[in-house]
Amino acid sequence: MSSPKHEKGLARVRYTAVFICLAAAFAVLTVWNINTGSVHISVGRIARIIFLRAGDETEIGIVWKLRLPRIIAAAVLGGGLALSGFLMQTFFGNPIAGPFVLGISSGSKLFVAIVMIVVLRFVNYVTSWMMVVAAFAGALIAMGFVLLAARSIKQMSMLLVAGIMISYICSAITEFLITFAKDSDIVNLHGWSQGRFSGTTWADVRFFVIVILVCFALVFLMSKPIGAYQMGESYAQSMGVNVRRFRVILILMSSLIAGCVTAFAGPISFVGIAVPHLIKMLLKSAKPILVIPASFLGGGVFCLLCDYIARTAFAPVELSISTVTALFGAPVVIAMLIRRHGQKS
Amino acid sequence: MGDYYFRTSDLSVGYNGKALIHDIEINVRAGEILTLIGPNGSGKSTILKSITKHLAVIKGDSFIADASVNAMTYKELSRRLAVVLTERIKGELLTCWDVVATGRYPYTNTLGLLGPEDKEKVRAAMERVHAAELAERDFSAISDGQRQRVLLARAICQEPEIIVLDEPTSFLDIRHKLQLLSILRSMAKEKGITVIMSLHEIDLAQKISDKIMCVSGETISNFGTPEEIFREEIINELYGISEGSFNIAFGSVELPPPAGEPNTFVISGCGSGISVFRRLQKEDTPFYAGIIFENDVDYQVAKALAAEVVTEKPFERISDAAFGRALELIKKCRRVIYAGVPLGTGNRRIADLVETAHELGTLEDLSGETETV
Repeated sequence: MSSPKHEKGLARVRYTAVFICLAAAFAVLTVWNINTGSVHISVGRIARIIFLRAGDETEIGIVWKLRLPRIIAAAVLGGGLALSGFLMQTFFGNPIAGPFVLGISSGSKLFVAIVMIVVLRFVNYVTSWMMVVAAFAGALIAMGFVLLAARSIKQMSMLLVAGIMISYICSAITEFLITFAKDSDIVNLHGWSQGRFSGTTWADVRFFVIVILVCFALVFLMSKPIGAYQMGESYAQSMGVNVRRFRVILILMSSLIAGCVTAFAGPISFVGIAVPHLIKMLLKSAKPILVIPASFLGGGVFCLLCDYIARTAFAPVELSISTVTALFGAPVVIAMLIRRHGQKS
Repeated sequence: MGDYYFRTSDLSVGYNGKALIHDIEINVRAGEILTLIGPNGSGKSTILKSITKHLAVIKGDSFIADASVNAMTYKELSRRLAVVLTERIKGELLTCWDVVATGRYPYTNTLGLLGPEDKEKVRAAMERVHAAELAERDFSAISDGQRQRVLLARAICQEPEIIVLDEPTSFLDIRHKLQLLSILRSMAKEKGITVIMSLHEIDLAQKISDKIMCVSGETISNFGTPEEIFREEIINELYGISEGSFNIAFGSVELPPPAGEPNTFVISGCGSGISVFRRLQKEDTPFYAGIIFENDVDYQVAKALAAEVVTEKPFERISDAAFGRALELIKKCRRVIYAGVPLGTGNRRIADLVETAHELGTLEDLSGETETV
């Protein structure tokens, strides 16, 4: 038997190692993503382009206009997805809750579709603001329905069924709108609803980086009450947490993050479930103060990797990001369910 | 009222705005142990949850050292009152140390990081409940007894003035029950922490508590010291015991006596009869017992199980009346069991009873097999 002190030391080494590996993976994937594609640019030239803005005009264009915003989108929005997944799992005390599974993404999609199809008929220009507001409203309304269902349904599996049903309803209405929409609108919407990080503009980047980073900072500052809440509502309250207020803040934050991500990247599946779970397994801890930053970083890494694969696997054809995230994320969820079930029996 | 550390005034509790239990008046001094007893579903948990602010009170208020609990924020309350709930702790990948450390929550900074002083308090609390060796163990993989001790350590390191426990001894074996209660007892007396809890084991409640509250549905039927509360009629009425009985002196329970007209008589004394009584009870054989002195241990059991006990007053010689009654019953019975009893100047006439049964041919002599106390 090793002494408790020894084990605590080991845990600290583990935490540090996980963060270092994530940061390294992040750096490697970023560079990799910049210099691969239909035009190959070497690392040295990329450094010059980014830091000095010097070099070939076309290459500067490719890096600054296409690849860099796309990488930032994958990193930040991916981190946001993982973060909102973690918050929803905490809120529902359910390991496979997440924006996609609970129908939150579909809610956003519906509202974005309304904006893209209906609103565009009256105004000829949709700003990122409008998209975010629509996606956030959709996320909140879908979340509202899930909460209503959760109030009377205590069973975890039934809650997920409710989420999936809400997701179907939203999809049905979206399809209905599409049927009566103009072809040009549908093209936009279709591209968007597949999930993508491409086509991100610097204006978009500025907007979502601010929103997501502010949310991340706020969530990180909430890690203490989140930790208390993980133990159950009654215990959290006995530790001095105003549970009712806390729940409202938690749900608003997770919906805001999920809505913002969906507005820019479309509904992306499985990142919200798989990443927090992988991070907890790596850390061997569920402490929010570790899991929140690690999930944020991990979500970025995961999406950078998936986007890299989506871009390059069948180049020049690009896969949709959800195709790749589902392919990698779904097995994680299955493994998690098997493990949990195995532990109980 | 300043005398009392914790009190409630005109408290009504219930769910969804509907009062289930009215007029709850609790008065406890610092360092006292108050135990709520009562049948299942009588509302013990409802009262405890209302005191801890987990449930909104319907009417009235509680006071900790004259500070209104209604007016306190959760944060203020968490520094004065800690809980051990029946609800399971959720959360994953938690070591026992982590669980105990959550008790420091009300005292740590914004990010909830533990300082050296906090760590020392966590360690001390775990040691106090004899759980130091569990520190690195996975909380979900320990036994019920260990879990309750860890939860108690968690409550202790919250440094409360009051600890509220909802049925802390459920699911524990007898050794762990005693261990947990003795920790509570010493903590209350040494540190002056007030303990309010509910217990199912009324025998233990009687032994550990300074105050007892009987919760029976709509109202509090009794509140007082164990000496005042533990009377046969109060307990039997509280729990609606019609079958079987509760022995106040021993705090033990007995099944009801077998029904029917007895044709068995047991002669015993000084504890020799107890095993015989129990065996007959299990065989569903009704029986008479005698002649037993009222200060004999056999008396406590015979009283609960025999159809009739022929008794004599303590330290008296066996009287004619008692002897006559015993003889009458023995002549009526087809079976007389003699469990053996030390014969002295006071109970010589027992020998005559045995002799009579022997002559009648109904005697079953077990005196060589049974043991007296």
